[in-house]
Amino acid sequence: MRKQKLVMVGNGMAGVKTLEELLKYAPDQYEITVFGAEPHGNYNRILLSPVLAGEMGLPDIMLNDLQWYADNGITLHTGRKVLEIDRVTRIVRADDGTEAAYDRLLLATGSRPFILPVPGAALPGVIAYRDIADTEAMIAAASTHRHAAVIGAGLLGLEAANGLCLRGMDVTVVHLAEWIMERQLDKPAADLLQASLEAKGLKFELGAQTASLEAGPDGRVAALKLKDGTSVPADLVVMAAGIRPNTELAEAAHLYCNRGIVVGDTMQTVTDPRVYAIGECVSHRGVSYGLVAPLFEQARVCANHLAGFGIGRYEGSVTSTKLKVTGVDVFSAGDFTGGEGFDEIVLHDRAGGVYKKIVLKDEKLAGAVMVGDTADGAWYFQLLREGRNVAGMRDHLMFGQSFAQSHLGDAGHQGQNLAASLPDSAEVCGCNGVCKGTIVQAIKEKGLFTLDDVRKHTKASSSCGSCTGLVEQLLASTVGGAFQAADKHSRPICACTEHNHGEVRQAIREHKYLSIPEVMQALEWKTPNGCATCRPALNYYLISTWPHEAQDDPQSRFVNERAHANIQKDGTYSVVPRMWGGLTTPDELRAIANVAEKYAIPTVKVTGGQRIDLLGAKKADLPLIWHDLGAAGMVSGHAYGKSLRTVKTCVGSEHCRFGTQKSMDMGVKLEKMLFGMWSPHKVKLAVSGCPRNCAESGIKDVGVIGVDSGYELYVAGNGGIKTEVAQFLCKVSSDEEVMEYGGAFLQLYREEGYYLERTCHYVERVGMEHVKKHVLEDAANRHALYERLLFTLRDAPDPWAEQSTQPRLRAQFEPLEA
Amino acid sequence: MNMPANATELTWRRICAVTDIPALGARTLEDAEHGTIAVFRNAEDEVFALIDRCPHKGGPLSAGIVHGRSVTCPLHNWKIRFEDGQAADPDVGCTRAFAVRVDDGQVFMRL
Repeated sequence: MRKQKLVMVGNGMAGVKTLEELLKYAPDQYEITVFGAEPHGNYNRILLSPVLAGEMGLPDIMLNDLQWYADNGITLHTGRKVLEIDRVTRIVRADDGTEAAYDRLLLATGSRPFILPVPGAALPGVIAYRDIADTEAMIAAASTHRHAAVIGAGLLGLEAANGLCLRGMDVTVVHLAEWIMERQLDKPAADLLQASLEAKGLKFELGAQTASLEAGPDGRVAALKLKDGTSVPADLVVMAAGIRPNTELAEAAHLYCNRGIVVGDTMQTVTDPRVYAIGECVSHRGVSYGLVAPLFEQARVCANHLAGFGIGRYEGSVTSTKLKVTGVDVFSAGDFTGGEGFDEIVLHDRAGGVYKKIVLKDEKLAGAVMVGDTADGAWYFQLLREGRNVAGMRDHLMFGQSFAQSHLGDAGHQGQNLAASLPDSAEVCGCNGVCKGTIVQAIKEKGLFTLDDVRKHTKASSSCGSCTGLVEQLLASTVGGAFQAADKHSRPICACTEHNHGEVRQAIREHKYLSIPEVMQALEWKTPNGCATCRPALNYYLISTWPHEAQDDPQSRFVNERAHANIQKDGTYSVVPRMWGGLTTPDELRAIANVAEKYAIPTVKVTGGQRIDLLGAKKADLPLIWHDLGAAGMVSGHAYGKSLRTVKTCVGSEHCRFGTQKSMDMGVKLEKMLFGMWSPHKVKLAVSGCPRNCAESGIKDVGVIGVDSGYELYVAGNGGIKTEVAQFLCKVSSDEEVMEYGGAFLQLYREEGYYLERTCHYVERVGMEHVKKHVLEDAANRHALYERLLFTLRDAPDPWAEQSTQPRLRAQFEPLEA
Repeated sequence: MNMPANATELTWRRICAVTDIPALGARTLEDAEHGTIAVFRNAEDEVFALIDRCPHKGGPLSAGIVHGRSVTCPLHNWKIRFEDGQAADPDVGCTRAFAVRVDDGQVFMRL
């Protein structure tokens, strides 16, 4: 079959990202030709500022060198500008006469700087700040001339001014608005930033309109004249007064443009479905984006459609600005102006150089702007995007995530404030032993932009995930504005699908899918049978949504849940029989001792969950061990599963002189009720007989504390990766109520939690108010949840008895007899 | 394919029936020369065989999750391709793959 021809006009970051994604999806589908006006490969435009400032060189910012195009069989025409698109014969023509025919055309023409139409704008020494050539011109001017004027105090203008200042020029920034960066900052924030820039030697003319640029005796620009008559000396004038989508070529080809080339959600132009457009030249739903993150999202969708999958849609992006403006951290997101109907919380430390403003509407975050200390920007942005109700933490909101959530220490706390201050040798990922320097180096050298990239190349954050926040911060500080933390809940489950956990759960419920192949077919999975990430998630969603009806597929469960034992590093397994509420008997202990001797178990250990672990069992012995334990009346402890683990108890009022409730009895009742419960992640409970809380109920998924008049229930605690104190749910007076309220909470989590999300993360996502509404306030709903839980758990079998007695199941433990 | 130099001395040995291996699963085979060999069956009823040791930390590949023409190691999620035993990018490593043939529902391995 003839390869289709894809022609791309423009050779910038968004366009080349599209090609990279396309080559991943469909490496052989197209013969690709690229036209680029600049004589380079693809480079990271965002890093032009560090180049200007002398912190980086040009080779440091190349993303795809010429060899990359050659390696991927792409024909690259550099230094050639496309002048014409003939959409009838499907040919593009460049200024030197080069022609290329296309089946699909991708316009990635980017934007062009807005040149003020003032007298003298064409003089030598007047430039824009957009590409490598401009940057080189500025560097050259700085070595021969003294005075510079920058028109426009947006991010680009300020960075140009800073770079020139660092290169020894005397720089004045001329800005039309009353304060700098008026689109990202309010006035107090801007004033603070301006003060710190003035301290570095920059001068400002605000509320100032440029009237003309005056030439000197040598014909080069020499001064900038303002409307009020003031003259600013300037041997170099940099225009940074905004950018406009570059639509000239598209308009000439009669493609509909309205402040950008107008595209639909598939990134196809509305005029001609063979023509796609992407990047800064585009207008999508009336918005043009200039930040890299949304453009990369567009690139992914565009590549998906070019590859013929036809399922992704670009639906627009919510953006935030987190920048380092000349060494000063600046963050803004959402509607930070406030006014009627909004509440504002402001912290302003002029001398300390810190300004923070949070804008609230209807108990939700509407916007935020910060200068000086932006460590909590990512957190505010997350609250904003998720539309979370923040009424409960309003008092602490201003002081940031670590304070608002009362974290202590840094282990596992997503490392919010840390990244910047860490030395290169500091270990970031404790699981895989990856230090900061390694991560930063990989980001720079391999041109990484996303968390997934970093995970793949360095392994950091790829195991337990507790350092994810820290890695995201390193990305943010290394690639600057190019990085935008993905909303982890809206991300697809894995590379096999475009759908996220919430969408998949919903589809399974609404359409009553009962098997994994059914889900994959209906939701257009991209791989024939998924992967080790999505299959276990799908299996859980099916069996939790449609208990007793959906197929439970053992091959889609992690080995532990197939072998009903916990795999160890040497391939042996650990076996933990259940000890209800941590109680055991001489007979059970004798049976365990016999098993340990008979099967030469090397290690016997008391676990943190009040039971006994037999470590080092051979796989082939498992059914035999279970048989022996089963004969003594013992069943699986599910110490291996995303399931009910243990119910830890203290001695309670049966023996303890302080006890107020029979905690062992309560614990056994709960454990028997929940036996065989599969859940998004593991679930641990505890019951203490008095507020001394010897069973540590405060760090359990469901913690019960006996008091004289009944029980207090706590939920969503965690003693693991992220130590999290459980939150008070309610107080109840009877054992039956403990089971109903606790059970209803767990069922809510089972129905709404995402796979591998612990209760603490689930409650953080949906909010404690949501839990209270469904479990406390709505009694009918609580009963219904509890009933559904009991229905699910009806006749829950002991997996050990099943596995050791059914020959078909037992076969998996035995080698083939060849 | 990863053929040893003395390929001429190898013979096709019957191992089991395809149905002895669960679809999207694996069984193991103890071999005097090579130790434990993992025998996989995918959704298309293709059968593959690898030495049952992940090139990363020696995890038992037979206990991994099978998808497409590869298996994910249960210890640290390395993805190993069936055809050549190579780890998927960006991981680097290789475990030995054996030639396997299915004939009338019976699995034969070149050993």
